[in-house]
Amino acid sequence: MDKRTTEREVVAELESGMTIGIGGWGSRRKPMSLVREILRSDLQDLTVVTYGGPDAGLLCKYGKVRKLIYGFVSLDSIPLEPHFRQARQAGSFRAAELDEGMLQWGLRAAGHRLPFLPVRAGLGSDVVTVNPELRMVTSPYDDGEELIAMPALELDVALIHMNRADKLGNGQFLGPDPYFDDLFCHAAKRRFMSCEKIVASQDFQKEGSVHTVSINRLMIDGVIEAPGGAHFTECTPDYGRDETFQREYAATAKDPDAWQAFKERYLDLESEADYQAAVKNR
Amino acid sequence: MSEITRAEICAVAIAECFRNDGEILMSAFGTTPTVGGRLAKLTFSPDLFMTDGIATGIETVPPVSGPAREEPIKSAWMPFRLFFDNVVWTTRRHVMMMASQIDKFGNQNFACIGPHEKPKAQLLGMRGAPGNTLYHPTSYFIPNHSTRVFVEKVDVVSGVGYDRAAALGERTSRFHDIRRVVSNLGVFDFDTPNHAMRLVSVHPGVSVDDVVANTGFELVIEGEIPETRMPSDEELRIIREDLDPEGLINKEVRS
Repeated sequence: MDKRTTEREVVAELESGMTIGIGGWGSRRKPMSLVREILRSDLQDLTVVTYGGPDAGLLCKYGKVRKLIYGFVSLDSIPLEPHFRQARQAGSFRAAELDEGMLQWGLRAAGHRLPFLPVRAGLGSDVVTVNPELRMVTSPYDDGEELIAMPALELDVALIHMNRADKLGNGQFLGPDPYFDDLFCHAAKRRFMSCEKIVASQDFQKEGSVHTVSINRLMIDGVIEAPGGAHFTECTPDYGRDETFQREYAATAKDPDAWQAFKERYLDLESEADYQAAVKNR
Repeated sequence: MSEITRAEICAVAIAECFRNDGEILMSAFGTTPTVGGRLAKLTFSPDLFMTDGIATGIETVPPVSGPAREEPIKSAWMPFRLFFDNVVWTTRRHVMMMASQIDKFGNQNFACIGPHEKPKAQLLGMRGAPGNTLYHPTSYFIPNHSTRVFVEKVDVVSGVGYDRAAALGERTSRFHDIRRVVSNLGVFDFDTPNHAMRLVSVHPGVSVDDVVANTGFELVIEGEIPETRMPSDEELRIIREDLDPEGLINKEVRS
């Protein structure tokens, strides 16, 4: 079995209007090479589910997003994602803003093939008023508590980035946090994992304990070897966040000319290889 | 010792918020809250647990500025999912968050300014505020007390205040507990019959009138309002030498 594929082949499978879940958290271990390939495509009207970072910022900036389902969008070292803010303030997409715990519940519900899971987080806040499609559910037990029925966040596709993977689709994180990548995979019909390096299955434990192989091959349909694929987000221990690049990216939000120049230099390129070369040569 | 700054007074007032917490996860956002929370741990609340802010519980208390003095002693693994499971949903935390707006019942907004469909200014988003406020004690720190922040009505409710929590009923709100608000002007709580915000103390150099003039709703003000206590010599030493040798808190709160 060999599930190796490329960003181009994965994105060729996607269709406008799909619901796409993106792993990682903020500006951490995001599958950016896959996001960049979506930017190169003519996909549109996407529903994107994410613990958002520059993935959300870039997809919104490019007008790819019809609906964003998120708890926050942040670049971590830059707390507010300026491109996302700009798109929000222009009202250019539907903002389904949730408590960040509700995202976890929605992904779990989908993963467990349930219609919803009851959740208390969100009650009393404007989460329930800005998401009028949320329904309530009353506990059938003696407590009778009324809770939010957090609907399953069923995904057409999940995109995640790991430190190591084998060609079978097992995947390893070597940083401190697995984030919710497994939940995104459980919630999706098709699951694609990019990684810094494809290794032989017997080599996983040279770099981390068996506990770090958190993605197993039942959860994955395609594997993409993408060294630097999370750039400019962090992918420890392979590399930290490229703060200089991130600052440059963030600064372009204020200035259309700077954005145009940034876009031409780094994003309107033929391929991920060209992006990596442009980053290296800057 | 040089003159005591407003930020240092705030740090001590913040530490006081965590005084009787026992063994609970102390988490604080912002520089002054971080210093204040850690000051509590180093002085009167030694059982507080904290994380490195990434994915691990730690048994050491690192500074917020200057060189690290010791390698952090990492204890429990605490990635986001376990943080949710072990701490938030199991009510084992007291968080101090910031607020772009807060009202008299402690409804907090850091999601956006203006209508949510098309905000004038998108801020952090809901983040964890809706869940935090229903699950465990919450306090707020506001370094820029003004009528733009202390408002009659917040544009969007991210953190749930007392009036909205009461409307959810006793069972749903049983862990809801907005403890205190510390601002650059004073300290506030909600220990009033209808849980309206009350002025507890004014920082030295601030008058009650200053607080009232900078607050966009009617505060509960009962009797003579005391001054917020000054840091002890030992507290000042810990702040200045151990926690914040570069005085970053003085950039967040101006004297």
